[in-house]
Amino acid sequence: MAKNTTVLLSKKKRPWRRIIPLYMMALPGIIYMICNNYLPMFGITIAFKKLSVAKGFWGSDWVGLSNFKFLFQSNTAFTSIRNTVLYNVVFIILGTVISISVAILLNEVHSKLASRFYQSLILLPFLISWVVVSYLVYALLSSDTGLINSLLKSLGLNTVNWYQEKSYWPVILTICHIWKGVGYSMVIYLSSIVGFSQDYFEAARIDGASKWQQIRRITLPLLKPTVITMFILSVGRIFSSDFGLFYQVPKNSGALYDVTQTIDVYVYNALMKNSDYGMSSAASVFQSVVGFAMVLAANFIVRRYSEENAIF
Amino acid sequence: MKSKEYRLWQILANAVMLIFTLGAIIPFILLIIASFTDNNWATVNGFSFFPGKWSVAAFEYIAASWKVIGKSYLMTILVAASGTFLSILVTTTFAFAISEEILPGRRLLNFMCIFTMLFQGGMVASYFIWTQVFHIRDTVAALIFPGLLMNAFNVILVKNYFTFSIPESLKEAARIDGAGEVSIFVRIIMPLSKPILATIGLMTCLSYWNDWTNGLYYLSVKNGSQFFTIQLILNQINENISYLSKNASQMAGVNIGSLPSTTVRMAIAVVGVLPILVIYPFLQKYFVKGITLGGVKG
Repeated sequence: MAKNTTVLLSKKKRPWRRIIPLYMMALPGIIYMICNNYLPMFGITIAFKKLSVAKGFWGSDWVGLSNFKFLFQSNTAFTSIRNTVLYNVVFIILGTVISISVAILLNEVHSKLASRFYQSLILLPFLISWVVVSYLVYALLSSDTGLINSLLKSLGLNTVNWYQEKSYWPVILTICHIWKGVGYSMVIYLSSIVGFSQDYFEAARIDGASKWQQIRRITLPLLKPTVITMFILSVGRIFSSDFGLFYQVPKNSGALYDVTQTIDVYVYNALMKNSDYGMSSAASVFQSVVGFAMVLAANFIVRRYSEENAIF
Repeated sequence: MKSKEYRLWQILANAVMLIFTLGAIIPFILLIIASFTDNNWATVNGFSFFPGKWSVAAFEYIAASWKVIGKSYLMTILVAASGTFLSILVTTTFAFAISEEILPGRRLLNFMCIFTMLFQGGMVASYFIWTQVFHIRDTVAALIFPGLLMNAFNVILVKNYFTFSIPESLKEAARIDGAGEVSIFVRIIMPLSKPILATIGLMTCLSYWNDWTNGLYYLSVKNGSQFFTIQLILNQINENISYLSKNASQMAGVNIGSLPSTTVRMAIAVVGVLPILVIYPFLQKYFVKGITLGGVKG
């Protein structure tokens, strides 16, 4: 009762004295979002222009969809879109399976000290930048000083010129992705496993269920909502790629482009290396529009199938 | 009590976790050992966990060229510190404003924020806006503003914390005592929000520390290299090497002396990750918290 009257009072008593400071506080954030997020949304129009240095950014002529026509006629663009989607499919499936398995096993480790130790160290790669990862990979794969080649040599096998030999890279990149990312998703799955009510497991044990049965019949079904949320998020990003992974780890090596160039690397190379504004903006806009459609679609499907798991 | 099944699972779980743990840290160990390997020995024999000849020459080289490396270190610290400070300021004030029910239009602002997660203009559009409208190329602002300063996830986390973890009655009491919104924010909200501030602050600091894409896009070697952070130095070494291997015939045009030897490169990478490796054990639980908070929907 007392609380209600104070709320009423403060609402009657010149609310602008509260509202104006609040708007002032919101202002930096609003300005930042306009600069960083909303202006670029309008900046998408450059994909429909032929950018000319003489006429400037705003004055360049409209060319309709011709940038997109060139984009979809080019082989590199096709390859990079294909690579992006294929890598993401592999990453989503393998990443989910491995992270969930690791999280479940980590939860089984009885010693608290040991499990904290494992978790901390498996998370470590998540904290470093892709540039540093490229140095770690170089220490392993460099053709003259790399550890792998010295091991091959000592076993009497032929060494491999890793940065020129594209057939190995789908595997190398997948390992790097899992290596860096497994700790992150493991922590997320583990935090959800730890939150499960112990009653279910207690009851199952009394009924004589084996550990494996408990995992299959209790843990995995209970994890479903988390998996679905993570799945929507990843499907929404299926046309995006981790620029660092695909740019830094193969060291932007031209010999490997067929299997390492994703849309983000293509956009970077087209924009910064070749100054090809038409192609790069078309690819970039394609990526954001299709990505947006994917998020909506994934969420729509989940909403129909199990509404409580939809994100919005 | 301890059944055979229990023991089997303990062995299996520990064995698998041990394999993953070793897999996670072995590359770091190799990097560190490589940086302490004698360069000539490494050139002949390659890197090894048990090098035949140890050497601190790579670190002596870094100490001798500390003018460059040390400056980039200072730059990294400056960018990470000011970026994190600004980020927390902008994120918390915005989150506070939209957490107050009295604010007209808070739903719109909330949507405006969430929509940035769903749809982005893309890299090229962002690049043109930042360079053509705001002219941040080759300025230190290029390392702080694009992309990293505020993200919707953090706003939602902080907003939820303000709404659910800080009792409304505290704010009401302050209002009765005549406190304005700003002083409520500074004197009541912020001190009570230390846990969430520590968590998002740490994650933000990490993303500034590790960022190299802003520098790649907005700083040129010619005019922007005085702002290079340690990540950008490492990236630049990579770029120079790939430039060399692509243009092997024109090597005369490049200053070879600027390309450090392999072990020195490894040592610079060690210097780059060292702060994270040193700080990590103490802040481990905040990192884990940051991930679990930010990972699933806010």
